[in-house]
Amino acid sequence: MVPLSWYVTLSSTLFLIGLVGVLVRRNIVIVLLCVEIMLNAVNINFVAFSKYQHVIDAQIFVFFVITVAAAEVAVGLGIIIALFRLRETINIDEFNILKL
Amino acid sequence: MSFSAVNILGTMPEIYLTFFGCILLILETMVPKEKRSWLAYFTIIALVFAMLASIGLNGKGLPLYSGLYIIDPFSNFFKITIYAAGIITVLLSLPYLEQEDIHFGEYYAFLLFAIVGMMVMVSSGDLITLFLGIELMSLCFYVLVGLKREDTRSVEAAFKYFLLGAFSSAIFLFGISFLYGASGTETISGLANFINNPGALKPMVIGGMILTLVGFTFKVSAVPFHMWTPDVYEGAPTVVTGFMAAAAKIAAFGVFLRVFWVAFSGNRHDWDLLIILISILSMAVGNLVAILQTNLKRMLAYSSIGHAGYALMGLLLPNRESLFALLFYAFTYVFMTLGAFGVILMMRKKGVEGEEISDFTGLHKSHPVAAFAMLIFMFSLAGIPPFGGFLAKFYIFFAVIHAGYTWLAVLGVLFAAIGAYYYIKIVMAMYMKDPQENVVFHSTPMGRLALLVTAGTTMLLGIYPAPFVTYIKSSLALFVP
Repeated sequence: MVPLSWYVTLSSTLFLIGLVGVLVRRNIVIVLLCVEIMLNAVNINFVAFSKYQHVIDAQIFVFFVITVAAAEVAVGLGIIIALFRLRETINIDEFNILKL
Repeated sequence: MSFSAVNILGTMPEIYLTFFGCILLILETMVPKEKRSWLAYFTIIALVFAMLASIGLNGKGLPLYSGLYIIDPFSNFFKITIYAAGIITVLLSLPYLEQEDIHFGEYYAFLLFAIVGMMVMVSSGDLITLFLGIELMSLCFYVLVGLKREDTRSVEAAFKYFLLGAFSSAIFLFGISFLYGASGTETISGLANFINNPGALKPMVIGGMILTLVGFTFKVSAVPFHMWTPDVYEGAPTVVTGFMAAAAKIAAFGVFLRVFWVAFSGNRHDWDLLIILISILSMAVGNLVAILQTNLKRMLAYSSIGHAGYALMGLLLPNRESLFALLFYAFTYVFMTLGAFGVILMMRKKGVEGEEISDFTGLHKSHPVAAFAMLIFMFSLAGIPPFGGFLAKFYIFFAVIHAGYTWLAVLGVLFAAIGAYYYIKIVMAMYMKDPQENVVFHSTPMGRLALLVTAGTTMLLGIYPAPFVTYIKSSLALFVP
């Protein structure tokens, strides 16, 4: 049986890849995908913990996370399309009308 | 697991609002464009219905759906405050939406769904329900913020809010997954039992707790996760900003409080330093950066960051006094913030919103009533007696002193004094200068009613707080199954 720590390492690595991606990449579609990677890292964590704890709760949670992620992408892509129509760009650095 | 009608009865307010929200989506296609205001009346009726149902549940404390959902006086208090905020928002939104040409029926449906999300948040007894509540609320707000589809500022704000919101909920979920991995349960009370005695798994619990704290800090817009607040508050349509600043913030505080006081009260000494740090940073950044702002919506965004800092101090010691102070603060905050945004959204300058501070110069001469209402809200936000904001700050500082953090309370008072500067700057501009811009104060009977209610409540909370205090004292019970 694969030890739990392997799963946690995998999910933490994926989570970090997503995190760094959100902070570093400038293409909004890629950034959106990086958020999805983070959410899926969470899913791996949940399923692994659920298997080792012998409780099924977290597997239900995973279904909710998947559903919410899908809803989030639907709304997010809608917003991105609205933004693209106005600005004709998908580079995050150019969305700077609102400034600190 | 047994299922009884109690579960349905206990969640009747949520069911009402979801139902009415769906009806609104259907009605929207049938009602002709010039009669869209009917939808607003319908929304108010729905909220009144839900409020009646919630008042019927007052004083009860019971877990529903085997602990996933909790009805208690605490959550009921938040729900009733949120309905009040919702009704005032609808009253304010009618003329505003027409003027901005964004009067869609979906607006009201999304408003109701967002309210359902907040209700689920404040009465969640399980991290699954909590997450779903937060997401339901946030998804509705992403859409509402970007409602002005033709306006780049609005869509850009929606995009920023969406991206950072999704990012923070991923971090929040990662934290939950570690808490679950350590304890094997997701109910808040189960976590509490585990955290009292975590054994060797303590690092995992602490890690999970810090990650969930990040998620909550983002939702209450406290430093260091506040960057989205000014942008989103400035870009969003002003009604949405007002509703977000008032209702979404206190709902986030409600759930923050429940998780940290119930689930994490066992390891209080692991997180109180973090809360103190976040609170001081929020007060500093909120109050200092607000001085530099020229846009009133942006200034109020920084002021709301500062207010998050004051309120966070009340989280330090879980007892009745802090709970009372926090609830009083939340209640006062809703009315004064909504009122301030209400005044801003009625100001028009050549067909656009008058949201610059310079638009308010000499308002006293041209529109004395509007100027007086703004004065009430500004003084209350600054914490000057005899308005509600003063008493709210007073209770918070007292609770903090009784918790043994006198130096923190002193620091809070100092920052409040700095904060008073930029609020009074606006009052000075309104009363001591001559009008420069040609601004119009566009009010309707409904809008005036909303301003009257918010200003009246803000005044009453300072002058005659006894009925509110009695009511809040009766809601000081957190139910722990």
